[in-house]
Amino acid sequence: MKQKTDVLQGTLALMVLKTLDVLGPLHGYGIARRIEQISGDLLAVNQGTLYPVLLKLEQEGAIDSEWGASENNRRARFYQLTKDGRKQLQAETQDWQQTAAIIGRFFEVKPEDLS
Amino acid sequence: MKSLKRFFTRLFNSAARRAQEERLREEIAEHIALQTAENLRAGLSPIEARRQAMLKFGGVEGMKQDYRAERGLPWIENLLLDLRFALRMLCKSPGFTAVAVVTLAVTIGANSVVFGVLNALILRPLNVPNAHSLYAIERGPDMAVNHSYPDYRDLRDRNRSFENLAAYNVTGVGLDTGHNPSSAWILETTGNYFDALGIEPYLGRFFHASDEHGPNSAPYIVLTYAYWHAHFQDDRGVVGRVVQLNKHPFTILGVAPPEFRGTLLIVFPDFWVPLVNQEQVEGENVLEARGNRGLLMVLGHLKAGVTPAQAVADLNSVGSYLEKTYPKDDGHMTFTLARPGLAGDWLGTPMRAFLTGLMLLAGLILLAACANLGSLFAARAADRSREVAVRLALGSGPMRILRQLFTEAVLVSLIGGAVGLWGSVQLLHGLSVWQPLPTAPLQVPVTPDANVYAVALLLSLASGFLFGAVPVRQVLHTDPYQVIKSGSTSKMGRRISIRDLLLVVQIAICAVLVTSSLVAVRGLVRSLHSTFGFEPRNAMLVETALSMAGYSADTVPAMQKRMIEALEAIPGVKSVGLVDRLPLYYGANSTHVFTDKTADLLPANAAAQPVIYNISPEYFDAAQTTLLGGRTFTWHDDRNAPPVAVVNREFAGKIFGSATNAIGGYFKRHDGTRIQVVGIVEDGKYGSLAEDSQPAMFLPILQSPSNQMCLVVRSNGDSQQLAKAIKSTVQDLDAGLPFNLVSWNKELESALFPSRMATLSLGVLGAMGALLSMTGIFGMAAYSVSKRKRELGIRMALGAQPKEVLRAALGRAVKLLTFGSAAGLLLGILASRVLASIVYQATPRDPLVLAGVVLAMSLLGLLATWIPAQRALSIDPMILLREE
Repeated sequence: MKQKTDVLQGTLALMVLKTLDVLGPLHGYGIARRIEQISGDLLAVNQGTLYPVLLKLEQEGAIDSEWGASENNRRARFYQLTKDGRKQLQAETQDWQQTAAIIGRFFEVKPEDLS
Repeated sequence: MKSLKRFFTRLFNSAARRAQEERLREEIAEHIALQTAENLRAGLSPIEARRQAMLKFGGVEGMKQDYRAERGLPWIENLLLDLRFALRMLCKSPGFTAVAVVTLAVTIGANSVVFGVLNALILRPLNVPNAHSLYAIERGPDMAVNHSYPDYRDLRDRNRSFENLAAYNVTGVGLDTGHNPSSAWILETTGNYFDALGIEPYLGRFFHASDEHGPNSAPYIVLTYAYWHAHFQDDRGVVGRVVQLNKHPFTILGVAPPEFRGTLLIVFPDFWVPLVNQEQVEGENVLEARGNRGLLMVLGHLKAGVTPAQAVADLNSVGSYLEKTYPKDDGHMTFTLARPGLAGDWLGTPMRAFLTGLMLLAGLILLAACANLGSLFAARAADRSREVAVRLALGSGPMRILRQLFTEAVLVSLIGGAVGLWGSVQLLHGLSVWQPLPTAPLQVPVTPDANVYAVALLLSLASGFLFGAVPVRQVLHTDPYQVIKSGSTSKMGRRISIRDLLLVVQIAICAVLVTSSLVAVRGLVRSLHSTFGFEPRNAMLVETALSMAGYSADTVPAMQKRMIEALEAIPGVKSVGLVDRLPLYYGANSTHVFTDKTADLLPANAAAQPVIYNISPEYFDAAQTTLLGGRTFTWHDDRNAPPVAVVNREFAGKIFGSATNAIGGYFKRHDGTRIQVVGIVEDGKYGSLAEDSQPAMFLPILQSPSNQMCLVVRSNGDSQQLAKAIKSTVQDLDAGLPFNLVSWNKELESALFPSRMATLSLGVLGAMGALLSMTGIFGMAAYSVSKRKRELGIRMALGAQPKEVLRAALGRAVKLLTFGSAAGLLLGILASRVLASIVYQATPRDPLVLAGVVLAMSLLGLLATWIPAQRALSIDPMILLREE
């Protein structure tokens, strides 16, 4: 149980960072929408889970936030990537690609490759 | 770095909770508003749009929980909450809290005191550099710590394992710094003593091996810091000053650093003097006598990389060389290493055994206290089962509730531990400055250090968790539905519960303690009434050494005779006798003796190793030692007369087979002297009160002179008056002679000191154990009566007689008590074997002790169940049944 949420949090954090990297400052709902658009299911329900992740990233210094006005002209909290966050994103992107590549190769293995 | 930053942010957030909560609420509201707007655009009805938005957002409360957990440090927040709650709960039941805190304070305090002493005397090494490689050398199968000087010299020069070997000896001297001659305790050491230990002077310089050039060549003094401070008022000009030691000029070389107080942990000397000056210090020089083993103790640092086993092998090879080369003097020269500080294993072994035993008992007491508090906590948890049930029903996890219970237990134990530690530190500081014996330089330096504090903290935490763990099972098995429905979990089952078991254990522990303290007290009483071989009542002692006033071997006998005659002339004095060393004080000299037929006088052929006393003719009279046959000495038994001896019954039995054969018989000393036995006296106590009968022989002072002397002044008069008269008489004879005047009874207290201390500490622990088990039984009985009130009421209503009610209410408590006491008594009898080494005649197979234990335990049981019994009997079934 715990592990599953950890993995989810980890991937979610990476998605948040990437979204902010590509789209610039966004409020929570905006981030949720983008992630939903790209990942489909992940945030179709339980959009709320995003907020603890945002808080964690902010406390780590990867993002920061300030109040701004939303589309319908109400007060909303806008998040944006910091310098640290950008570095973290780069490092984690590389990690992910490496891991994905290795796992990918494992899935492609056929019995004759190992003999 | 990142996690540290996060930690501090979270710590900060824990403090500023409100503002954050507001921000999250606003963000959620905005998120849902935006989603609703989106849904509206998609064509949903307003209500449905909002519903969908909420659904999509997911569980708000669960998310908030995650958010909060992420934001702050939940465990710290919860801990603070638990602490606050625990404090509130404890304040709500001050009686319970007070009992728990006091119990813990007393038991943890007792443990830290015992540990403090153990730590200071056994665990803490001597305060010298590289103490871990410092060892004392012991000889032979008896682990003797004393060596002769020539043996020491051979060991020092022939071994290859020690960096250096130093030797030292404790003795008393007279010191005259210009006014008021006084006696002082010193360590006589070899010249290399300070260098071998690696000590640097605080002031001036130390003496070295290079200062030794034969007898009396190094008249130097190195003062301890304490003596310099007390007697020279920190005067830095003291270096180079010449003072009179036993009327010989000695130069003060320097002062040792304050933290170095010699190489015996409990003996604090006043200063150090080179051993080569033995003649001036002790009145005679016996350094070159290989067979003379005084009190010279040897120690040194092992070379780097040499293991103790290698060192022992090395010493043994030197030993076998010594055995071969000096067969007359050196028998059985095998060696072992021991920790220095407590005179090797001589004091070390009994001390270690006693302190370990005491520590064990103190630990048992703490366990008993934990058992006690555990059942109190369990009872409390049972009373709180409704609260627990409600919390469980509201969704609190069992872990959360257990954490709360543990917080409460640990809080109590920490408070108790802090109080106990405070008390024990006071006590230890008091002990450290206490001088148990007025005439000896004994001190018990047990100042607490970090170890003591750490152990107290550890014990508090451990006991908190221990007794906190008792109600765990009970809480985990709480069924909220049942509890709330039926009111309480009053299942006073017939099954044996943990609580019962704890109580039995506790009573057993208490019975062990009561048994051992009774055994000790009995032993002490018996030792006070046993025959010592002398009568300490109505006798005063004048202790001195004539060497302190500069008397030489030729003038000593005349002076001694003059002193005896002068004291005998005091009105009220019945007789005055002289002995070189008082029995039961500072141990005794012993020597090998041989039967008359033995030709080869090797130590291995010795018939006995009796203790020797050199006495004046009237000694037996003054000491009131019974002469069983033959005659005592006269002043004509001098150097011109044939050598004679009076021996005790044990000696006579060992050498001659029986007392009747002994009189007129001959035996030999190791130098070949034939000595005729002229008299037999009763056996006595010579080394310690706990010893078995030992052979002893008495030699006439004129044939075997000694400047060490103790005059026994027997009188039937007022000791106050007599003391004054004795003092002025001695001072009239020689004003420059320092001496101690003390009653024999008082002096005997030092011999009784170890068993007194043992009895006192056991008594205190026994009383504590008794108190604990009493409260334990009381708690159990009271709780069981209060729980079964209704049942008892019904029984009474149905016609049960008081006897039956009592049996129903308290039968269990009494059964547990009986069972626990029996187990404890058995264990106590086993444990008392340890005691026998310290307390005289400590035997648990003593009907009085057994009866005492049974009586004490039943009395305890009676006291503890009295109030609950009254309560059970006073139940009025009418009121009770109407109430429920």
